[in-house]
Amino acid sequence: MASLKKVMEDEIACKEWFLPGNACCAGCGLEVALRWTMKALGPDIAMVTPASCLNVVIGLWPKTAPDFPQFNMAFAAGAAVATGFEAAFKAKAHKFPGKGWDKMISICFAGDGGTTDIGIQGLSGAAERNSNIIYVCYDNEAYMNTGIQRSSSTPHGAITTTTPFGKERYKKNLPAIMRAHDIPYVATCSISEPLDIYEKFKKAKSINGTKYIHILAPCAPGWGFPSEDTIEIARMAVKAGSWILYEVENGVLTLSKKSKPLLDPSKRIPIIEYVSTQKRFAGISEKTLIEIQEQIDNDWEKLSTELKCQDEYSK
Amino acid sequence: MIKPELKDFLQSEEIKIIKGNVAAAYAAKSARVQVISAYPITPQTTVVEKLSEFVDGGLMPGTQYIKVESEHSVLASLVGSSMAGTRTFTATSGQGLFYMYEMVHWTAGVRLPIVMAIASRGPAPPWNIWADFTDVISCRDTGWMSAFTATHQEIYDEILMSYKVCEDYDVLLPKFVAYGGFILSHTSKPVILEDQDKVDNFLPPLPDEKGWPHIWIDPKRPLMHGNLIMPSGFYSEFRMKIHDALIRSKSKIKAVAKEFEKTFGRSYGNGLIQEYRMDGADVAMLNYGDLALQMEEAIDAVREEGYKVGMVKLRHFRPFPVEDIIEVAKKVKVLGVMDRATAFGSPTGGPVSSEVKTALHGTKGTALIFPMINGIGGREVTVEQQKEQLKILIKINETGELPEDLLHGTLWHGKLEVD
Ligand SMILES: Cc1ncc(C[n+]2csc(CCOP(=O)(O)OP(=O)(O)O)c2C)c(N)n1
Ligand code: SF4
Ligand SMILES: [Mg+2]
Repeated sequence: MASLKKVMEDEIACKEWFLPGNACCAGCGLEVALRWTMKALGPDIAMVTPASCLNVVIGLWPKTAPDFPQFNMAFAAGAAVATGFEAAFKAKAHKFPGKGWDKMISICFAGDGGTTDIGIQGLSGAAERNSNIIYVCYDNEAYMNTGIQRSSSTPHGAITTTTPFGKERYKKNLPAIMRAHDIPYVATCSISEPLDIYEKFKKAKSINGTKYIHILAPCAPGWGFPSEDTIEIARMAVKAGSWILYEVENGVLTLSKKSKPLLDPSKRIPIIEYVSTQKRFAGISEKTLIEIQEQIDNDWEKLSTELKCQDEYSK
Repeated sequence: MIKPELKDFLQSEEIKIIKGNVAAAYAAKSARVQVISAYPITPQTTVVEKLSEFVDGGLMPGTQYIKVESEHSVLASLVGSSMAGTRTFTATSGQGLFYMYEMVHWTAGVRLPIVMAIASRGPAPPWNIWADFTDVISCRDTGWMSAFTATHQEIYDEILMSYKVCEDYDVLLPKFVAYGGFILSHTSKPVILEDQDKVDNFLPPLPDEKGWPHIWIDPKRPLMHGNLIMPSGFYSEFRMKIHDALIRSKSKIKAVAKEFEKTFGRSYGNGLIQEYRMDGADVAMLNYGDLALQMEEAIDAVREEGYKVGMVKLRHFRPFPVEDIIEVAKKVKVLGVMDRATAFGSPTGGPVSSEVKTALHGTKGTALIFPMINGIGGREVTVEQQKEQLKILIKINETGELPEDLLHGTLWHGKLEVD
C-alpha cells in the first residue's frame, strides 16, 4: 500500500478536486470515494456520472463541486458514455496529434443501482469490448437518491423502503461478474482505506483496457448510523470479512493488505458486531444472522481454495 | 474479404449503383464522421456492415467505430463522443429507435448535432420490418429535426445537408434522415458520390479542436453538464431555446438546400417541401418518403387524362413547414394528406394529416383537408392505387361528397377484403 508520505509528495493528491461546499450529507461515504479517486487520477479526465446521489450532491445548477470535466447522465448510460468519450479522444488524437488527447482518461463513476442493476448491460458491453475506461461503482448498497430502495447490491437481511422486513436475497457479487469478463483489472476498495484506493487507481490509470473498481461507501442516513461513524462502519465491514479487499490483475488474484490476515477465520470479527451498528439490520432474526455469517465463511473458504489453486497452478 | 487500398479513401466523383443503406454509409464517409456507434437491426443492417468495411479496411482513417451491445448504448456513446467534440453518425430502425428513446431526448437536451439515418419499419407487435414511418414520427416532440427522403441519391445528399444544418451555431440540434425500409434500404439505384474536396468545401470537417461552442471536454476549461435544476432555474428557458432553434432551423434548411443545389446541381425544392406539377392544380396530394417519388408517375398519368392534379412532397416533419403548407392549401381546393404512419387516437389517426390540420387552423380560404393512410407496415401501394387515390380527391372536389368507408374521418386506402 502507498505510504502517506508518498501521497503527501504527490502535488495532485494534495489538492481537492471535489470541492467543499458540495451537497453531500454529513458523513457521506461516496464523497470520500470520489475525493480519493480524484487524488490518484488528477484532473485530466472526463467523468460521467449516471443518475444517483452523485448527480445531486455535486450542486444545483449552475453551481458545481467537481473541479474537473464532469457530466451527469441518464441512469443506464454510464459505461457507454465513457466509451464514447474514449472514442472521441482517440479520434481527436488522430486529427490533432501531439496535443495530449491520447492521454485523457475516461471514467464512469456510478452508484450500485446504476452498476449492478440498470447499467449492467452497458457495463458488460464495455468490458467485453475492453473499452479503455475506468468504471467505478461506489456502493452504498441501495438506491439512496430515490429514498433507500433495495438494489441488487443490498445485502441479505437489510431493511430498505422496498424491503420493509429485510431483503430475502443476497448481495449480487459484481466484482466476480466483472472478473468473468476477463478484463485486465478488477479491484475492490473500502473508503476506510484511502491509501489503498489511491494505490489501486494509480495502477488502473497505467493499464490499457477496462478497469473495474468497486468501492464500499457507507451511507449514514440510508444505513442508519451516526454520521461520524462512516469510516469506522466501512472498516468493520472489512474486518468482519463481509467486504473483501482484493485486486485481480490479468486474472491473478491478490488479497489486499487489510483483508489478507482474514484468511484465518479467528482474525475476523463476528458479523453481529458489524450488523448491530446499523438500524437497517434492526430486528434481524437469528436465522438471518446465521445465514449471513455462513455466507461470509463460505466466501472465504472458496477464496482460500482459489488462492491455493492459483499458487499450485503458477508453480 | 480483400482489404481495400488505403489510397482509396479520398473519394473522387463517381456514380455507383448501390443500395439506399450503402448510400447512407457513403454519406457518413463523405462527411468524414469521426465516431460511429451502431447496433444491427433489420432493415438498417447493411449500413453498419458497410461502415465496418470502410473503417476496418482503413478507408476512414482516424474514425472510431464502437460496436455496442444495444441501441441505448448506441446513442449514449455518441452523446459522449459528440460532447467531447467530434462529428458522429449512427443508423437504426423501428424497435432500435424505441429502445434509444431516453437518449433521444437527452441528445437534443445537450444540443448535440448528431445525425441518425433511419431505415423506417413498422412497430411490433406483430413483428414487422417493412416501410412505415411511425418509428421516426414517434420522436416528434424530442427536439430532433426529421427529414424524409424519397430516392437513393436523396439519402446521400440529405445526410450531407443535415450535418450542415445541425452544426450551424444557430441550430445545434440532432437530426433523423428517414427512408422506407427495404423499399429504399435494400434496392439498388445509381448514386452520385461526390468528390471529397467538393464535399469538404460544402461541409468543412467540424468541429475544431475546441469542440462545439456550447459544450466541450477540456481539463483546462472544466465544464459540467446536466446538474439538477430547480423549477425556479432556467429549465423552462432552456426548453424555449430548443423550440426556438427548431423553428429557426427552417430558414437554415432552406439556405442549405439552396447552397447544395448551387454546389452539386441537385434540387430538393425549398428544402422543406418539394412541389410536383402544382401549376394550376385544383387538387393535390401531400406525400412523403418513397411513395412521393412513385406518386409523380400517378400524377403524370392523371394529368394526361386532363385532370389538374399535383403533389407536394413533404421533406421535413420537424421542423414542420407551416408557412409552406398554408401556401399550398391556399392554392388548391382539396388537399389529400397521405400518411405512411399511424398516430393512434390523434384527430385523424395519421400524424402528418393531424399536423397539417393544426397548421391550417384559423387560416381562411384554405383547401378541404382529406386525411388518408396507406402502405402501413410495408403494404404495397401501386401506381394504379395512387391514381385511384387522386381520383378520390377529384371526386370530392367535383361532388363535395366524402367517400363512405372512412375510419373516424380518415380513409385507410388499400385494405384487404375480409369475407
Ligand atoms: C431510467 C431511470 N429509471 C429510474 C430513475 C430514478 N433513479 C434515479 S437515481 C436512482 C437510484 C440510484 O441508485 P444508485 O445507483 O445506487 O446510486 P445512489 O443514489 O445510491 O448513490 C433511481 C432509481 C432514473 N433516473 N432513470
Ligand atoms: S444519501 Fe447517503 S450516499 Fe447519498 S449523499 Fe447522503 S450520505 Fe451520501
Ligand atoms: Mg446506491
